[in-house]
Amino acid sequence: MGQDGARPRDAAHTDRAAPAEVERAGLSAVAEAANERALDAVRVRYLGKKGAITALLKGLREVPAAERPAAGAQVNALKQRLQEAVDARLAEFRAEGLRQALAAEAVDVTLPGRRRPGGSLHPVTQTARRIADIFVAAGYEVVSGPEIEDDYHNFQALNIVADHPARAMHDTLYLDNGLLLRTHTSPVQIRVLEERPPPIRVICPGRVYRKDDMDASHSPMFHQVEGLVVDEGIAFADLKGTVVEFVRRFFERDLAVRFRPSYFPFTEPSAEVDVQCVHCAGDGCQACGRSGWTEVMGCGMVHPNVLRMVNVDPERFTGFAFGFGVDRFATLFFAIDDMRLLFENDLRFLAQFA
Amino acid sequence: MKFSARWLRQWLPVDVPIARMCEQLTNAGLEVDGVEAVAPAFSGVVVADVRAVRRHPNADKLSVCEVDSGGESVEVVCGAPNARAGLRTALATVGAKLPGGAVRAAKLRGVASHGMLCSAAELGLGTDHAGIIELDGTLFERTPRKLAPGADLRDALHLDDVCVNVDLTPNRGDCLSIRGLARELALLNDVAVEAPPLKRVPPVSETVFPVAVEDPAGCPRYLGRVIEDVDLSRPTPLWMRERLRRSGLRCIDPAVDVTNYVLLELGQPMHAFDRDQLQAGIMVRQAALDDTLTLLDGRELRFADAIAAGAPPLLITDAGGPVALAGVMGGTRSGVTAQTRNLFLECAFFAPSAVAAAARRYGLGTDAAHRYERGVDFALPFDAMERATQLLLDIAGGRAGPVTNATSEANLPRRAPLRLRKARLDALVGEELPADRVRQIFQRLELKPKGRGEGAAHVWTVTPPSHRFDLAIEEDLVEEVLRVHGYNAVASRLPPAPLPLGRVPAEQVAQERLADLLVDLGYAEAVTYSFVAAERMRALAPGATPLAVRNPVSRDHAVMRTNLLPGLLDALGNNLARQARRVRLFEIGQCFPGEPADADAATDASAAERAGPPAQRVLCGGVLFGARDEHSWAHDGAATDFFDAKGDVQRLLALGGREAVFAPADDQVFHPGQAAAVRLGADRVGRVGRLHPRLEAALGLPAGVFVFELRLDAVLALRPRRHGVVSRQPAVRRDLALVLARNVPAARLEQVACSALGEVLTRFELFDLYTGQGVAEGEKSVAVSLTLQHPSRTLAAADIDRLVQRALDAFRAELGARLR
Repeated sequence: MGQDGARPRDAAHTDRAAPAEVERAGLSAVAEAANERALDAVRVRYLGKKGAITALLKGLREVPAAERPAAGAQVNALKQRLQEAVDARLAEFRAEGLRQALAAEAVDVTLPGRRRPGGSLHPVTQTARRIADIFVAAGYEVVSGPEIEDDYHNFQALNIVADHPARAMHDTLYLDNGLLLRTHTSPVQIRVLEERPPPIRVICPGRVYRKDDMDASHSPMFHQVEGLVVDEGIAFADLKGTVVEFVRRFFERDLAVRFRPSYFPFTEPSAEVDVQCVHCAGDGCQACGRSGWTEVMGCGMVHPNVLRMVNVDPERFTGFAFGFGVDRFATLFFAIDDMRLLFENDLRFLAQFA
Repeated sequence: MKFSARWLRQWLPVDVPIARMCEQLTNAGLEVDGVEAVAPAFSGVVVADVRAVRRHPNADKLSVCEVDSGGESVEVVCGAPNARAGLRTALATVGAKLPGGAVRAAKLRGVASHGMLCSAAELGLGTDHAGIIELDGTLFERTPRKLAPGADLRDALHLDDVCVNVDLTPNRGDCLSIRGLARELALLNDVAVEAPPLKRVPPVSETVFPVAVEDPAGCPRYLGRVIEDVDLSRPTPLWMRERLRRSGLRCIDPAVDVTNYVLLELGQPMHAFDRDQLQAGIMVRQAALDDTLTLLDGRELRFADAIAAGAPPLLITDAGGPVALAGVMGGTRSGVTAQTRNLFLECAFFAPSAVAAAARRYGLGTDAAHRYERGVDFALPFDAMERATQLLLDIAGGRAGPVTNATSEANLPRRAPLRLRKARLDALVGEELPADRVRQIFQRLELKPKGRGEGAAHVWTVTPPSHRFDLAIEEDLVEEVLRVHGYNAVASRLPPAPLPLGRVPAEQVAQERLADLLVDLGYAEAVTYSFVAAERMRALAPGATPLAVRNPVSRDHAVMRTNLLPGLLDALGNNLARQARRVRLFEIGQCFPGEPADADAATDASAAERAGPPAQRVLCGGVLFGARDEHSWAHDGAATDFFDAKGDVQRLLALGGREAVFAPADDQVFHPGQAAAVRLGADRVGRVGRLHPRLEAALGLPAGVFVFELRLDAVLALRPRRHGVVSRQPAVRRDLALVLARNVPAARLEQVACSALGEVLTRFELFDLYTGQGVAEGEKSVAVSLTLQHPSRTLAAADIDRLVQRALDAFRAELGARLR
């Protein structure tokens, strides 16, 4: 202790009247430190074990006991101010270092992101989903059936006998093996009715085929949705309500809907449904042949012969069925003016529906 | 059916505006498909008489006509061969605007022409441009009147008329005539039809031609009549020519024009034979094996096929053989020509089925067949015969004989009474229709209703008229009531129904989820045709025999696809042709596995019918081409390779929580070294690989096309999910660099590690693969990492060393692998 005390004593003695000077020198050394390392040297020089401040503290022993508390408080305050200055300076250096590191890591945020390009769902699929969603919410079940059908399910069970003029309405594609490509999704009706008793509420989406040449509004392959409801007490008014409600939900517009008597061998009474043209709102335009109406579906009350074919008592149960083209609804919904676009699979076309 | 609106309106006592008429027809189920003007716009054309004709002084083929157009006389140069003094024709005055342009005063080879005499074609009234139009005296038979020179031609010919096209459904054959449409319009407007008066023509000769019917089921009624000494060189009057033209028919000669006219007016098909070409008598019978018939369209028919198929067509024959395919088309031998002097008129009722089968078999959708197969009013032939006779005599002169009638009452269609219960009507409609209204509708429909019973128990009994072939059951009457009452007058409602709860399959991934994942993986969904070109399918499914379409739309749509490749690769090719550089496409659709090897049984239609539709499986396929990533500063531009395709397939199968096994596959469609079969357990569920370079070249595709195909049911099968214990013990990872023979499949390393270490091995990763410098030829260096974790205790260092050694031993023993 004695040895240790010798130099400070000198120093204390020397600096006895100089705490203010120590502070001035210390603060100015802190301010002048050029970097963290220089600052650390300053810190050691003043606040270290052998630093000037420590020496001042040790010098207090020399101070008369009565003055000592005041002198001690003065030195401690000095020490604290110097320590704060060092800390502040250090924080500045750290902040500056971080700033420089961050600046070095800066990127050009306007460069394109590293992304995996997304694909797209075909507009026909999107339309079919939209249709299914509307009906499923009302308790309909979605069912499917074979695209290669037999004559019985595609025609006979639907009350279309051989040589019936209605067969000419369906230019049928036949396979070499005597089967055919279904001309409508109506055979799924029969397959459902064969399998389960009423009540029935189903829709059947799928591909259908006709011997049509391809043009802006025809294709030898297209998509249909068939709907079927069979239960006690089902009437034409229910069919009308369902169709009108569906059309308005699908287009999300209060379009006018018109029912016209028509003819399908498997429904009686039968109807065609016209919807107010979505393009001209009924004023008449090129798209609707200036009529203001767009024909969108066929429908009717299930023919009693059809119900009998599948052993459903037409006196007890009645039903309605409707069928329409998904592609037709897709072209109306997305304002596609040429049906061929749906089957060209041009990525630039498809990407519009992403 | 196309008709003149003016003609139809003359059958009605009320003037219904055309727009209203069209709306009424459409709303009654007779859809008006289009309305067009009967003549294009023109003006300044007047009726004019040619007074005198002199030769043009400077041109052989031209003449100079002095023309009277109502008071003033002008000179007109004309090139028509039929320009003659006394002819009444059409003059386009100077300043007239014709469809082809304006008419100006001009000098033609030195002679001034003050206007132009017009042909029908120049006025847009048909195609006749052989000479100038000849306006005969009377125009429309109900109001015969002289055309005065100077009268505006548009007014005189009623060219403000429109031609209406109705698209009739096959049940409404009764509306395929002016008479039938008038009946409907009268019903809808609550008035009575005003048919033109029918003059019965008393026979003035005794001449008959005998008629016998051998097949009364096919021909329940056959009326015949001989008309002698006709002059078919006389022109058909303009009023009839115009009505035929406005209904879309061409004029031929008076005999054909009159039968066509009666067809349009009354709906009764007729046929005129040259009496002098017929021998002995008419026999209506089924075709025999040695019959041949040359039709008016030049086709020669033989009937062996039809007879073998059990459907011999019905023929009109004479002693020399067939002269007509009954109800469809006549033959050339007995056809009417300009020289015909004596006619034999046929006016018959043929059974719809007898005509339909023949018309379909021979592809002859003639106007007559179109009506017969839908049903022609079997009471009509008598009136139609009189109507035709009267018109013919008016035009072509001649002497009519008595009508020969061969009718088999027993074979005429029966009109059985039908009943409609009011309760049934109300139940099917969904609201109550007043009984009085129903009765009134039935009366207007000529159904002769009789009612009995009170209130809801009321029942109507009706008998359909002979012109209605479509009323057979109670529901048909419901439709009749409803369509006259108005479909749109019925209130709408939604069906009441119980609220069954939905089914959410636990063992099935939703197909929507699969499609959405593919979309998120960057694929655009394609929809391609299910039928493809045969050679394309053969190339992309060698060995399979696809189902052939018997009557394809074109050669490009000849066979049913057995897989999705033809459509996807076609779509790829089209996109590349349109400069696409990076393509990802997918399709989900039914495919049709080809015929079984022994196709003999399947060619028998009834056998196929019994067997039901063949297997139809839904496949999910994709095609990848171009760079792995989009062209960007951020990517290295590497090309798509096998592992991109495989990785996507793994993602798809992971939807169902399933781990697929990929094994090298011998697939002719794929590159032999870059093809894998995809297995789930023992099930082969798909394939993935690079298209064989030979096929890439053959299909005109660049190198580097990758394809995958998966069975949809397999992809969507969901592994039942059960909770397994997650160990809380620390896991340890050890990396090993191994050297082994290059031909050892990488998947073997994991298999060996798993079987050597069991459940302690919780993760196996193959994180590096290297061949080249430092690794011997025929060998590869592989870095794998083993994650070891005990379910219930912490592994000690000694445990870990022992486990790693066990793995190394197994690698060495089973795969010849050693530590690098």
